[in-house]
Amino acid sequence: MIYVVIGFLWLSICLYVILGGADFGAGIVELFTKKRARDKTKEIMYESIAPVWEANHMWLIIAIVILFVGFPEIYTTMSTYLHIPLVLMLLGIIARGTAFTFRHYDAVKDNWQVLYTQIFYYASLLTPFFLGLIAAATVSGSINPDATTFLDLYIFSWLNWFGVAVGLFTVSLCAYLASIFSLRETTDRLELGLMIKKSKQTMTFVVITGGLVFLTAYLSGIPLVKWVFSKTLGIISIFFATVALGLILKAMKNRKLLPVRALAGFQIIMILVAATYQHNPNIILLGNGQHLSLLQHVAAPKTISALGWALMLGSLFILPFLFYLMASFSKLRK
Amino acid sequence: MDDFLAARAQMAISLGFHIVFACVGMVMPFLMAFAHWKYLKTNNEIYKGLTKAWSKGVAILFATGAVSGTMLSFELGLLWPGFMKHAGPIFGMPFSLEGTAFFIEAIAIGFFLYGWDKFNKWFHWFCGFLVGLSGLASGILVVAANAWMNSPSGFDYINGQYVNIDPIKAMFNDAWFPQALHMTVAAFCATGFVVAGVHAYLIMKKKNVEFHTKAFKIAAAFALVGAFGAPLTGDVAAKSVAERQPIKLAAMEAHFETEKGAAFVLGGIPDEEKGEVKYALKIPKVLSFLVSNDFNSEVKGLNDFPRDEWPPISVVHYAFQIMIFFGVVMISIGAVYLYAVFFKKDWLTKNWLLKTFFFATPFGYIALEAGWTVTEVGRQPWIIYGIMRTVDAVTPMPGIQYSFYFFTAIFVSLSLIIIFLLRRQIHMVPKLYDPTDAQFNDKNMKS
Repeated sequence: MIYVVIGFLWLSICLYVILGGADFGAGIVELFTKKRARDKTKEIMYESIAPVWEANHMWLIIAIVILFVGFPEIYTTMSTYLHIPLVLMLLGIIARGTAFTFRHYDAVKDNWQVLYTQIFYYASLLTPFFLGLIAAATVSGSINPDATTFLDLYIFSWLNWFGVAVGLFTVSLCAYLASIFSLRETTDRLELGLMIKKSKQTMTFVVITGGLVFLTAYLSGIPLVKWVFSKTLGIISIFFATVALGLILKAMKNRKLLPVRALAGFQIIMILVAATYQHNPNIILLGNGQHLSLLQHVAAPKTISALGWALMLGSLFILPFLFYLMASFSKLRK
Repeated sequence: MDDFLAARAQMAISLGFHIVFACVGMVMPFLMAFAHWKYLKTNNEIYKGLTKAWSKGVAILFATGAVSGTMLSFELGLLWPGFMKHAGPIFGMPFSLEGTAFFIEAIAIGFFLYGWDKFNKWFHWFCGFLVGLSGLASGILVVAANAWMNSPSGFDYINGQYVNIDPIKAMFNDAWFPQALHMTVAAFCATGFVVAGVHAYLIMKKKNVEFHTKAFKIAAAFALVGAFGAPLTGDVAAKSVAERQPIKLAAMEAHFETEKGAAFVLGGIPDEEKGEVKYALKIPKVLSFLVSNDFNSEVKGLNDFPRDEWPPISVVHYAFQIMIFFGVVMISIGAVYLYAVFFKKDWLTKNWLLKTFFFATPFGYIALEAGWTVTEVGRQPWIIYGIMRTVDAVTPMPGIQYSFYFFTAIFVSLSLIIIFLLRRQIHMVPKLYDPTDAQFNDKNMKS
């Protein structure tokens, strides 16, 4: 049953990064779009997310609940030593979620929209940045429970160049996902051209910030290259991600966009696999040489079995209903 | 500010706000589904407008409740890692089920808000109803988790170790049913009064009278059920507290000496040093009766418990008194309204009745917050009653006061924005929602 629970943890993290990430990305892309083209971009991107955006963010809650019920030590270690970036990420989640709703549901459309929109933009940027920063801190060994000073315990546990690089990489990934996802929202030639240009720009950023991640890892003595390339699965996932990139470029060139969303989602999964497979089942690598493992630092068997059943039964209800929601609205837009 | 106090204050603020958003989000969908049902049955366009108007409120409050709930799921760990490390696997079951309920709610709300005229009308209606149903389930599950802190079960505590963990037993602890029942009824009462109060005010303004009268009637019916249900379910809850947490009951009543035929203390100023309550109204033997249906039964007093296990007596006592006071006021208003409906139809359009409802707008929520204060402060100094002290659960990170200021600022600004947004929705009623109004044009409305 433990593997069922770990599977669901994986699934919810992947789905949050892909679906939630694309939502964040929509805000980021809009922020970096010149004022002239903003309204157009906004229109294309929001028609696609409005009915499902609430559901996309539920995946984070599912992941958190799995962590605190099934892996309490992992949850409390993160919430103790990564307190500050977690609070900042929360700020982003709150500001973004509410600003999005407010800008959509405010009965009067006036200057307040400008404020909601500004909050929405910066929160969309802030959240994935800290999400990446937190993910980086779990593997970089920067969390050290044996440290003695406030700075070492609670600040340098997350504040380092590697974390910043992973944060920027996550931001780029989100923007990339959003622009790829929006490709299928329009049939207008001009609009499509605009969005393809955006997709290529964001793709460039993903590559640059990805390089930055490797560079900072090297400079900070984190064996990232070894993690990714020393095992077959890691190499295979990187290979597949690259192939998918080529296929997306080709699809964009030929304007045959049917598979782009699936390909981009697949790329993200491959990147996540490559980044985490090497130290699996360890999920947090601490600065004092110890690890927190999904197989060892786990709740009592009865809890895990109840949690596994709850997740399986829950998904029996959720998944068909969710797919029906997504399918209905994408059909209605056509 | 001391870190421990700051952590408690931050948790109190977060829960205090989340409770409001969550309860409105739990009950408003039922109001909305009721109006929608009326529309489908009568084809009266006013009900359709009303359904849409209320659904905007639901959307705004659901989104806020969802983010404040997300915050809480993090705050549990950010502020109380010592608690979560041990309690997570024991009391986490309702949370994992709540995830499902919440997810279904989010999907159903997507169908409902964006599904007008796009789906089978009864499927569409059902989605609206489902928003309420799953919201209610979420609420009950979260209360079950809270109840576990009052009535820890589903594990054995041996030499500081938590062993033989059974999460299902923990979920169905002794306190979950009375707490969940009382809370659900209170949520209906509080939300009913808020919505009725707002529409009563708008009727008095003499604009869109028919629209607001229809709204008022539905909301008042909900308020009525809640107002009469609250004392009945409260009685169940109080008996359960007396049995499980006699010290909490003693604090609620500022009952210092163990005695037979104990009096019910109304109001007054408790003096912890002297162990007495000044200026209180004492109704002889009633406390004994309420606790056990026997006027002469024994009720344990605070002096029977070690001093370091006392909760803050004044806070708990005042909060309990406030809850009872507003509860009684709401029952009285409900009784007058019921009398008017059956015997004095002309009262229903009278200004004094509407004014009364307008003044009572916040009463339900005041009582609800006071009730939660009793539950939470009354459990202190324990975070897991009798097992773990709150002070042992707090995060080792210093500087929590800044976090407290920060979260307070967020919650206050969120609330201000929500009030502002809801006011704007109300101002747009003639243009967007009331089809009988001359200004009405639903082309303006984005779904």
